[in-house]
Parts: sequence; structure tokens; C-alpha cells
Amino acid sequence: METGRRATLTPEMFEPVGMDAQEGERIAGPPSNFWRDAWRRLKRNKVALFGLVSIVFVIAAAYVGPLISGYGPYAQDLSVRLQGSSSEHWFGTDSFGRDLFTRVWQGTQISLYIAFLAAFIDIAIGIGYGAISAYYGGWIDSVMQRIIEILVGIPNLVVVILVMIILQPGILTITFALVITGWVGMARLVRGQVMQLKEEEFFLAARSLGAGTGRLIWKHLIPNIVAIAIINLMFTIPNAIFFEAFLSFIGLGITVPQASLGSLVSDGYKFLQGDSYLLWFPAGVLCLLMISFNLLADGLRDALDPRMKK
Amino acid sequence: MTNGDILLKVKDLKVSFRTGGGEVQAVRDVSFDLYGGETLAIVGESASGKSVTAKSIMRLLPADTSEIKGGEVIFGDRDLLKISEKEMEGVRGRKIAMIFQDPMTSLDPTMKVGRQITEALGKHLKLSRSGANKQAVELLQMVGIPNAEERVKQYPHQFSGGMRQRVVIAIALACEPDIIIADEPTTALDVTIQAQILDLLRDLQERKGTSIILITHDLGVVANTAHRVAVMYSGRLIETGTVREIFYSPKHPYTWGLLTSVPLATSDGSQELIPIQGSPPDPLDPPKACPFAARCPHTMKICVEDMPEFTDFTGQQRAACWLHHEMAPHVEPPARVGEAK
Amino acid sequence: MLRYTARRLVIAVFTLFIIATVTFFIMQLLPGTPFNDEKLSDEAKAQLEAKYGLDDPLVVQYARYMANMAQGDFGNSFYYNNTPVLGILLGRFPVSAFLGFQAMVVGVFVGMALGIVGALKHNTFWDSTATVVAVLGISIPSFVLGPLMQYWVGVKLGWLPIAFFDSWKHSIMPSIALSVFVIAIIARFMRTEMLEVLAQDYITLAKAKGLSALGVVLRHAVRNSLIPVITVIFPLVVGLVTGSLVIEQIFAIPGIGELFVTSIVVSDYFMIMGTTVFFAVLFVVALLIQDIAYGIIDPRIRVSGGKE
Repeated sequence: METGRRATLTPEMFEPVGMDAQEGERIAGPPSNFWRDAWRRLKRNKVALFGLVSIVFVIAAAYVGPLISGYGPYAQDLSVRLQGSSSEHWFGTDSFGRDLFTRVWQGTQISLYIAFLAAFIDIAIGIGYGAISAYYGGWIDSVMQRIIEILVGIPNLVVVILVMIILQPGILTITFALVITGWVGMARLVRGQVMQLKEEEFFLAARSLGAGTGRLIWKHLIPNIVAIAIINLMFTIPNAIFFEAFLSFIGLGITVPQASLGSLVSDGYKFLQGDSYLLWFPAGVLCLLMISFNLLADGLRDALDPRMKK
Repeated sequence: MTNGDILLKVKDLKVSFRTGGGEVQAVRDVSFDLYGGETLAIVGESASGKSVTAKSIMRLLPADTSEIKGGEVIFGDRDLLKISEKEMEGVRGRKIAMIFQDPMTSLDPTMKVGRQITEALGKHLKLSRSGANKQAVELLQMVGIPNAEERVKQYPHQFSGGMRQRVVIAIALACEPDIIIADEPTTALDVTIQAQILDLLRDLQERKGTSIILITHDLGVVANTAHRVAVMYSGRLIETGTVREIFYSPKHPYTWGLLTSVPLATSDGSQELIPIQGSPPDPLDPPKACPFAARCPHTMKICVEDMPEFTDFTGQQRAACWLHHEMAPHVEPPARVGEAK
Repeated sequence: MLRYTARRLVIAVFTLFIIATVTFFIMQLLPGTPFNDEKLSDEAKAQLEAKYGLDDPLVVQYARYMANMAQGDFGNSFYYNNTPVLGILLGRFPVSAFLGFQAMVVGVFVGMALGIVGALKHNTFWDSTATVVAVLGISIPSFVLGPLMQYWVGVKLGWLPIAFFDSWKHSIMPSIALSVFVIAIIARFMRTEMLEVLAQDYITLAKAKGLSALGVVLRHAVRNSLIPVITVIFPLVVGLVTGSLVIEQIFAIPGIGELFVTSIVVSDYFMIMGTTVFFAVLFVVALLIQDIAYGIIDPRIRVSGGKE
């Protein structure tokens, strides 16, 4: 095989050169780092990057938009009611003559605020609950897990509606309603991680040597939990945005004159036949936000946890 | 034992994988023959291409990431790499069957084991349901599973690892194939079970005359089971020969390394184990010349410039190493080599 | 299997108990409870007092409330002429159930097909299509999709009626609007599971037996992928109910969803509570069915009585 290209052989070609130990030991590629790897994988995922860029864009627009529009979100001007898009009012005006462009971005701010707040509280409670449950184990863990098992069986739709009925509708009420059941998923994941670490042999070994526990937690547990938290955050936020909008749509949401994306969609729907732009603009921003978060969430899950990649 | 006829002929097989980092040439120019009734062991460390070679013969590599770049697999009068998928289905399970490494994952957890055996019987031998069921019970008895009538109605999770591997062997034997490819069939099992499974394979081979291609990294398994050995390294075949030849007078420095780096059951424990220095070449950028040159204690200039041809020795032995060129200096194998066994 | 089922059953009953209890105390906490609501006539108030014995200690009230609840007495709706809540619910249930079932069937079949094709044609145009449909289906809320369809299919193209529930034709748009979410969830889940299953050794072994590609997919791959897909029954039912609140409202369909939203708007408390408990029962039953179905289909649970 492969003989054709060979030139004549000379005896000096058969001189031993000795083993190049350096060459033999060479490892392909530099050692890698968890976060740098994750970022590299995320960068390769164009769809997820699109999600990231468009989230940044929407957030920026939400805070810059109301400033550059030249109108206040609640400023009514009945002389310009229900006007379509124009150079004066980019998204047109609503039935009270309010500038829709300003209101949409103001509403985006409120939707984002609720979503981020709910997501962060979920994560905080989830980490605390999960860690305590796993760390103490035994009957404490049993009781805490039974509580979770029951909460999982109660869909947040029921809880959210019950809460919204007793409490005054508003930003904090919606957040509270979302958090009541929202933290459960995070708590389960964190518990799983801590349990896993507790069972690792190296953890036992390090503990029996009386040292290194803090370092192990820092090196192994924290990166895993941060990764889980980030993924959870990315899935919770669109869910919260959706639920807030949903509640507004069925009449349990933000109260007037405040507006969220959901209440704007709900108000706009009343003008479907005629002035449908009142619906499409907030609905468009809402969908863009939802799609972007879901795309980024998928990308992050793949990047942070390659085992889950499919 | 060997009836002397060539049953399967693999010629210049080349297989590549497409990965994020580029093309990986998993198998490069591998050629070997399989004789009727023999056990041929393909030996090598992980990622040496031995499993890929096996799966290529069965055309079981994932189509979206791998490609058979060239070569022939002649079985009977057909090249298995050229026939249609439909024809290939008639070969798989019927003429050539396969046993996988991990019995815990190679059975469908949602299907009764009897059904998993009869699937192949129905497909190839057109047996009726009841005929196939009867056959399944007999097969389980043959591979040494007690209470076979009851066991066919059970699910894989009700079997232990060793028992599951027996079931997998029963599936492979179902249609009495000419060749069984066993890909690390004992690696995932306990040592005591390993011996039982190997005994079973050897016993079945004697009774049925089936040829076996045994893929393994375990030289102990080779010594006890195989008739001939093919040693692979970094996707290339570097030495072949009978078990005696490979164990008593190996010709390739990599084979020397393999033999001196593991304790053999027969050694008295006095010999020192000598690990092979270094690690295998980067599969994304394998050397054009001898793949072992970077780790070989006898590397010469020519070794890093050109791939050596096979040198034929007495008997059936062949090795691809420049040391056996007439211009090369004479090198003695390490002292321990040849004492083994 | 028996132990497994019993355990699920106990959890289900306990969950219902908790929900009913919480509902009771929420009734007590409400700012304008039905017991002192201004909209009630004196006669109705007297009736309520008599029925609920509002002067009795809380414990007695609670016991009576639970007993009523257990007998299906959720109180009366003042908005709907003081009719029993349960009667109204049961009268409206068939419409919602029909829509939900239709959406579920369409969603499960389309979703499975998309997921299977996506996995089999991994990294091709079909795979991308399945993924895009899944992301859009999860991201676009029903209250945007519904109006979109009404606007284009109903108003602009005039193909289908945009509201009310007079014929099967009327059910097409709302069912599709509801099913998109189901399609998305199933397609996504099915695709992930299929990819995982297709990489398993037993799939390679099935191929090595000589089964055709189609045979391997149908007998081994789909079957094994379906087991985990069962775990989405519960979230799907919840999603369908959530969607029905919006979709029935938008398409003016006289189902439970529309009823619920209306009772929220008019603060018909008994109706709200009754519907909430009704939903809770529905969800708990769905979860129970899911768990038991999982147990039946997965032999590891059915035969050995537990996976843990």
C-alpha cells in the first residue's frame, strides 16, 4: 500500500532518532474552562445570538423609547384620538389620544420589571429551599419534598387567580402570584445538584480529611447552580411575561392608567375591526420578546449543559 | 477448527467522521480476512478504530456524521458496501449478527425479551408467531438461561447484566448467522461473568461453526478465545497473525508495548509492567507516516516520513513496521515479550 | 403497580383537600364576600345565612363547607339568576371539552409527526422547520394568535366564522388556536426524546437484527420516546384550560373558560370559586391519569412497582 510515491530508500533514513517525549506527551488543545467553553458554544449558535441581540434591543427601546417620543405615557389629547401611524405618532394614538409608541415601551418596561422580579425571587427561594432540603436530608427533606409534590399538582393558573381575587391587582400582586408556585422547579434542580455533590466520593474523601469543603462547594456546586439559575431565569422570564399578559387579558392584570404589554394587547383587541394597529404593535413587541427569550433560553441550555444538548 | 475458506474479506477500508473540529479518519486502509469457523480478535486501545471497523461491516454507522470513504467488504460474491439498503437488511441478523458492549443498554426496555428475539426470526425466517416463540425459548435455553419459558415473557430490567448479555447472544444466534461480530462483549461485565460469557461464545462456536470477529482491548480475552489477532492503532492495522505468533513473537513495537504493559494471567508477577509512553495521535491531524512513530522507542527518520508496507513473516504473520526493512538496524524485542503465556 | 397507584391517589386527594381548604379561607378573607355583597337581595342573603349558618364557629362552617363541596354543592351564582354553580358548569362543560379534545387530538398528532420527522431528519430543512414551529408555538400567546386568525382568516379572507358556536365550522379556528401550543410542546419534547432514543444501543441492535429503518422507528424508537412524552399530559391540560379562558372569550364560545372570565369581571364569587375548584379537580385528575398511564406503559414501573 502507498508505495508508488516513495523515492529510493537510503540507509541514513533508517537511523534511529529516539523518541521525542515532548511530542508524545503533547495534549491536543489547551485546557478549557467551563464558562469560556459555554460562551464559545453559545457564540456558535446563531439563533440564540439573535435572541440575545433582540432582547438587548427591546430592553434598550423600552427605556429609550418613552424619552425620545416627546409624549408622556398617560398624556391624553382627545383631539388626536385613534390616529394611525404618522411622523407625529410613530405607532399612532389610542382612543384617548395617548401616544401608542410611548405606551408600548412603557408597557414593555412594566412587563420586563414583573418578569425579572418574579424570576429573581423564584431563584432566591428555590436555591434556599433546595439547598436546605438536600443539606439536612432525613425527615426534613421528606417533609419539604412532600410539600413540593403537592404544590406541583396545583397549577399556577388556579393559584394565580385565587391570589388575584383576594389582593388588589397591581404589579406586586402579579409578581407575588407568579412566585408562589414558580420557585418549585428551581428548588428541585438545586436539591438534585446538592444531593449529587453529597454523594460524590471525592466530596466524602475531602470531608473525611477535614478540609476543602468550602473549596469543593466553590469549584463544583456554585458553577452548576449558577448554570441552572441562568437557564431557569431564561425560561421563567418569558413564562412570567406571558402570564402577566394573560392576566391582563382576562381582566385580572395591571390597573388603568398603568399599562403592560398584556393590557395594551387586551385594549387593542377591542379595536380589531377598524383600528387593529392598536393590537398589532404591542402584540408584535410581546411576541418578539417571547421568541427571543425562548431562543436564548434554548441556546443557553445547550451551551451551559452540553449533556442536555439535543 | 478453521475450515480454510475466506468468509469475509475487508479490503482497504476507509471511514471518516465529520466533527465540529474537522474530518476524523477513524479507519485508514484496513484490510483483513476472516476464515470460516475461526475467531478473529481485533485488538487496540480505545479510539483505535476497531469498533468503527466492526460497525462499517454491518453498515451501522450514523449516516449524518460518518462516511465510508472507500474500500470493499466482500462477503460471498457481494461487496456489502455496494449493495442496496434493502439487501443489507437481509444480511444483518441473518448472515452477520452483532453483540454490543453494554448489555444494560442494548435491549429495548419496553419490549419483552422473547419478542426481541422473535423479531429477527419473523423477519428473516418467516416463522409463525408460535413457531418463533418456541424457537425463542430454545435459544434462551441454549445460551444457558434457566426457566426459559417464564423468562421470555419478562422485560430486560428483570435480568442481571450477565443474563442480559446472554439474551443479546441469543438474539445474535437466532437466525444461525455465518458471522457474529462481538464488540467488547465482556467489557461491561464482572470478571466472573466475563469468563462465563466467553466460554458460552466458544462453546457455541464449536457447535455451530460460526465465525466470530471479537473486538476487544483485553489481551487476556484474546489469549483465551481467539485463533487469530489483528492489532489496530490510530485507525490503522499494524500487525496480524495467529494468537501464538502475536503472543510469542510479535513484530511490531506497538504490539510489544501492548504485551509488556499488561499483566497476563500466566505470568508469575515478577515481571515489571512497562507502560507505553505518551498518548495516541490527535485524530483530527493523524500523522501521514507511521502513527506510532511519536511513541515508539525505535523511531527512525523514515518512520516519520512514510507509512511502512506490510512485511510477511513465516506462517500467517504480517506487520507494518520499518524495522523489518532490510536496511533497518536489528532491534531485539523487550525481554518479557515471548515469555508470555 | 398497586402501591404506586395508591400513592398517586393519596396525593391527588390530598391536593384537592388543600385546594378546597384554601378556597374556603379565601372566601372568608374576601373584601366583598357573597355573604355581605350589596348586589344580593335581602331574600338571597337570608337564604345564604340559613344555608351556611354564618353565626356558627369557623370550624363548623368549614366542616359544612367541605361536606357541601364533597356533594358537589358549590353554592349559587347570583349573576346567573341564583342558579346552582355546578349545574351551570356541567351545562357548559361539553362545549369546552369538545374544543379541548379536538385541539388535543390535532395537537398530539401534528406535534408527534413534526417531532419524529425533525429527529429522523436531524439537522436538515425538516428539522429546522419543526424547531421553528415549536418555538413560535410556545412564544406566540393564544390572545395574539386568536385575533390574528380572526383578522386574516375570518375578516380579510372570510373563510371561517369569527365568533359563536353554532356549527362544527365555528370550532375550527378556536381549536387550531388552542392546538398550536399543544403542537409546539409535543413536537419539541418528541424531537428531543427521539434523538436521545435513536442514539441508544438497542436501536443499533434492532438495526443489526435486520429490521428496516421504518420498522426500527415504529417498533422501538417511537414506543420508547412516547413514555416520557406522557409526562406532558398534565402541563398540556393546564395549558389548554389556560388557553380556553382566552380563546372562548375571543371567539365568544359559551364554554367554561368564557364563564370564568365573565364571573371575574362581574365578581360572581361563588361562580369563581366553583370554577376554580372544578379546574383543580380537572387538573388533579389529569395528573393522576398521567402518573398511572406512565406506570402502565413503562414496564419498569408496572412490573417492579417503582423506578426509584
